[in-house]
Amino acid sequence: MTNPTTYYEPIIGLEIHAELMTNSKMFCGCKVVDSAEAPPNTAVCPVCLGMPGMLPVINRQAVEYALRVALALNCTIQHHNIFARKNYFYPDLPKAYQISQYELPLGVNGWLEIELEDGSSKRIGVRRVHMEEDTGKLTHLEGGGSLVDYNRSGVPLLEIVSEPDIHSGEEARAYGLKIRQILRYLGVNSGDMEKGVLRVEPNISIRPVGSTAFGTRTELKNLNSFKALAEGTAYEIARQAEILNRGGQVVQETRGWHDARRITFSQRSKEEAEDYRYFPEPDLPPLAISDEWIATVRASLPELPDAKVARYQADYGLSAYDARVLTEERAVAAWFETAVAAAPTHAAKTVANWVINNLFALMNEKKQGIEQIQVTPAGLVELIGLVENRTINHNTAKEVLAEMFATGQSAPAIVQASGLAQVSDEAAITAVIANVLAANPDSVTAYLGGKEKLLGFFIGQVMRELHGKGDPAVVNRLLSQTLAARRQA
Amino acid sequence: MALTHTDVEHIAHLARLELTAVEKEMYRQQLTAVLDYANLLNELALDGIPPTAHAIPQYNVLRDDVIEPSLPLEDALYNAPRQQNQQFLIQSVLA
Repeated sequence: MTNPTTYYEPIIGLEIHAELMTNSKMFCGCKVVDSAEAPPNTAVCPVCLGMPGMLPVINRQAVEYALRVALALNCTIQHHNIFARKNYFYPDLPKAYQISQYELPLGVNGWLEIELEDGSSKRIGVRRVHMEEDTGKLTHLEGGGSLVDYNRSGVPLLEIVSEPDIHSGEEARAYGLKIRQILRYLGVNSGDMEKGVLRVEPNISIRPVGSTAFGTRTELKNLNSFKALAEGTAYEIARQAEILNRGGQVVQETRGWHDARRITFSQRSKEEAEDYRYFPEPDLPPLAISDEWIATVRASLPELPDAKVARYQADYGLSAYDARVLTEERAVAAWFETAVAAAPTHAAKTVANWVINNLFALMNEKKQGIEQIQVTPAGLVELIGLVENRTINHNTAKEVLAEMFATGQSAPAIVQASGLAQVSDEAAITAVIANVLAANPDSVTAYLGGKEKLLGFFIGQVMRELHGKGDPAVVNRLLSQTLAARRQA
Repeated sequence: MALTHTDVEHIAHLARLELTAVEKEMYRQQLTAVLDYANLLNELALDGIPPTAHAIPQYNVLRDDVIEPSLPLEDALYNAPRQQNQQFLIQSVLA
């Protein structure tokens, strides 16, 4: 395929659907269950099965969660909200309509900043955030026929629609990741794309560079990871470019991503908005969001990732990169902040280094999240204290951390039990140095003859004799002094 | 405002209805009459009047996020024409 970016500008908008982690469904008291695991059709009632005469009632918590997201995405909150019926025939909707919001969504005109791989950032507009309900789940049988499980029908769902400000698969991925991070910070969604609680669907079109008219767009579904989002988007851009290059026309349609073959394929032609025959839901009175309600929710918002990154740089002197790594997950940031609070004020950077360079490595190796690990923030600070007061050296401290990670014991206990305390006793070190030099007369001669690189060799030998526990500063000083004395002799 | 045959066919498709030529013409006339009647509203001066979304002036009927019992499986599937593996078995939707 030709390189599309040479001739075409991709215009991409993202629709993100996020289930809200409420206890019960959007309009009824059925439990929100893991639809991948729960026995089918066990969390359903007349409301979410669309039986005649049922009456939906809005879940207050779902509205609060939606408000959190809309505020975190810098949206203007609309005071007057109505729900609408979106009518279409598909068996995932037992009512033959989905209760959604149309003309008056909860939040409009928001934005967020995404970080790109070159370190720059870009502002992406958020057109709207609205509340709706999820649909049931269909399983298509090989021999024909489909099975329908309505456990997911009526689960509170948030739709977040971006402006078409995105111009590549990589930007789409960065935007999707940022939304996911914010949803997780807000505690409203787990961000698990494989389970389908978070679904990202790009609308993609391309146009000749310099043109202002929009090309025909396709919508991409079935993206079960952020990698698939970036790849699927890039594939679709290239596919459209190829069609246009050979004089063809892009068809407006919904396309699926085939994860194994890494291609997109046609699913169905898309119905136009007017075909959904939206009209106000007569069973639900309007929802008035007062300024007081908005203020209460706003006050309850946690510190969000961008604010944390800025604060870590300003208050702790961290690099932007380190600050981002530490704030990737709210729980990690909280762990780090607890450690910093327990450490001396100058030690924030040291704490950050220990977490990023050592703790993360152990967590990756053992596949443990921050919630599972046995090392406490205070425990890490205690370990750092032992290095600072020179009880142990840095290399020993790494071993002690691994032991803390494996056993949950405290650093002082491990140091004492294993005799790891650093040897700073000058007489002991001097004796070891004498032994090492006596055992390596040729090296000593070479060193004195000008091969000064051999200093490192001597240090290594001395540290080995001291079982790695020698205080490096003391070893260095005494060794240099001894060798200097030999030279003068 | 007279509807065309194409309009009627489009609406019939959205409702998944198959109509005969005679029915199409009949519904074309009937739906045109319905729209003409609704069009009477356009003769009123409605500037500055917000659309009515709900017939009763009532707001914020909300429920707390509390789990209530769901239907027993047998009742949930009672109206299913066919069932398999605790699910509604329907004719294939992937053409």
